[in-house]
Amino acid sequence: MTSQATAVAQPTSFFTPRRLRRIREAGLGYLFLLPAFAILVVFEFFPVFYGLGISLCTNYRIRFAEGQSCVYGLANYARAFTDPSREMLHSLLVTVTYSVISVPLQLGLALVLAYLLFQNIRGKAIYRVLFFMPYITPTVASAAVWAFLYSPDKGLINEVITAVGGPALKWLGEPRGVFQIIAVANGGSLPAMLQGPSLAMVALIIFTTWVFVGYDTVIFLAGLGNIPGELYEAARIDGAGGWQLFRRITLPLLSPTTFFLLLLTVIGTFKAFNHIYVMTLGGPGNATTTASILIFKQMYEYTRYGYSAALSFILFAIILVITVIQNRVAGSRVVYS
Amino acid sequence: MIYAVLTLGAIIAVIPFMYMLTTSVKSYGSLIAGNLWPWLPLGTEPVQWANYPDAIQQIGFDRQWQMPMFFRYTINSIIVTLAVVVGVSLTSVLAGYAFAQMDIPGKNILFVLLLATIMIPGDLTIVPKAVMMYQFPNPFGSGSWYNTYLALIVPFLASVFGIFLLRQFFMQIPKDLFDAAVIDGAGHVRYLFRIVLPLSRPALVSVALLNFIWTWDSFKWPLLVTRDSNMRVLAVGLQQFLVGEGGTKTHLMMAFSSMVIIPVIVFYFFTQKYFTEGITTTGLKG
Repeated sequence: MTSQATAVAQPTSFFTPRRLRRIREAGLGYLFLLPAFAILVVFEFFPVFYGLGISLCTNYRIRFAEGQSCVYGLANYARAFTDPSREMLHSLLVTVTYSVISVPLQLGLALVLAYLLFQNIRGKAIYRVLFFMPYITPTVASAAVWAFLYSPDKGLINEVITAVGGPALKWLGEPRGVFQIIAVANGGSLPAMLQGPSLAMVALIIFTTWVFVGYDTVIFLAGLGNIPGELYEAARIDGAGGWQLFRRITLPLLSPTTFFLLLLTVIGTFKAFNHIYVMTLGGPGNATTTASILIFKQMYEYTRYGYSAALSFILFAIILVITVIQNRVAGSRVVYS
Repeated sequence: MIYAVLTLGAIIAVIPFMYMLTTSVKSYGSLIAGNLWPWLPLGTEPVQWANYPDAIQQIGFDRQWQMPMFFRYTINSIIVTLAVVVGVSLTSVLAGYAFAQMDIPGKNILFVLLLATIMIPGDLTIVPKAVMMYQFPNPFGSGSWYNTYLALIVPFLASVFGIFLLRQFFMQIPKDLFDAAVIDGAGHVRYLFRIVLPLSRPALVSVALLNFIWTWDSFKWPLLVTRDSNMRVLAVGLQQFLVGEGGTKTHLMMAFSSMVIIPVIVFYFFTQKYFTEGITTTGLKG
């Protein structure tokens, strides 16, 4: 009897009004978090593990709806490394080429534009709006327009080049390296190592730059606005010139913004897909088949789900290593004021 | 000198749009003849407005809803985008508020977990996510989520970016305001919807606008999880027209592109202040 009495009495002493309120608040809080977390768990966390399972499934094709059971093994991973087409290695090379050229080009141009816009000029708002326009345009539509600009026959870009006496080029349809094209035009030829990125790749890079420079410029502008003006005045009194101001004050104090943008654009180039797929479908041949395109094509066109998942894990691991190294190197140069 | 560089940049930014607009009102014959320049005069022929209805007709006809396919694509894009924007705003407001203003055990661990999802690249999860679309049963009919609006909408109803941005904003609201609201008899729900949200309009608008642009722009996923042309969104429809007959009909292709791009640009001109604010305060991109 006594034990029963304490069992009844205890809750009333344990659940004080304050405790009750805190428990209710926590419950309501979890309820608030639930919708977002449910979606993220199902569509972000769980797929990582599920994908690992699929990548180990050696017979995984389109028929999974019929409850086909898996034969587990490492065949998909083995294939990625031993396939005679060497498509995995090639896609990695294409991705890195794309990234290594377009990131500095984009950020360099954006820095120049932001620095110019930051001077006291008239019509700043208009320039900013115009530079930003390519970024908000639906990518598929602008890529389609550019595909016509690049057209080898009746394309506006070739029209401009031939008008000033240059040769008409095949642009998106040209798998040869840019240096090789120049060499051949001058009657020579280059070894494979020195042929440079394919012209199709260069055309894609030009498009990417066109899309993202305005976006990078806006972020650089915000970064420039955060540098205290007194620093410039003090340096000017000490007799620093324009270039010195830029080199000694702007660049170091802008480095957190630069680092952040670098991270963002590198990730952006690694996951680039829409415009590449619209403009070249990864071609000609496999000249512009980046990692992202390869994974997609193996799944979408050949329904090789297991192989595609295996590719995504291998390529992700390699790209992660590259990104970490790059961050270490770039991060050590950031100056925090 | 400064103006020369900036103006050159602005011209390069704008020329593709000029080319698109001028080409969309030229005849096929005039383009074949080499009349390519993107400025006035457009050539010897009158302006070919008829290219627009021609393009709409050539894209195809949706028998299911008895309308030209172009309008079906547009309606699909609007349905998907609105659903995602409303859904993301709601889940982000609730979660952002819980993280910023509520006392929840384990909150910090959950927040770290949330930020960790940013690290998961889309290419890593796209295969299993596509497979899941074949496997999830459709509660509204037979079959799976594949080739339905569910596949286009549900996976995108939560956004780490949205939660993060709103949390940062809600944290700036002083705790005293909540205590005052409690004295007036309000709980968390009423406080959030009556007081916090009206105060947070700029942040909310930024989240909604950026998600609008990202969803409207999405192409890879809709291409992957839809099969029938009447389930396509505008971006997929445009690409399919390009690889089909649009690939040679430059003038129709440009008319199609114009119809896709112009509404977005007009929308942007009216809202551009919020865009730049949203981007510069967070710097994040989805």
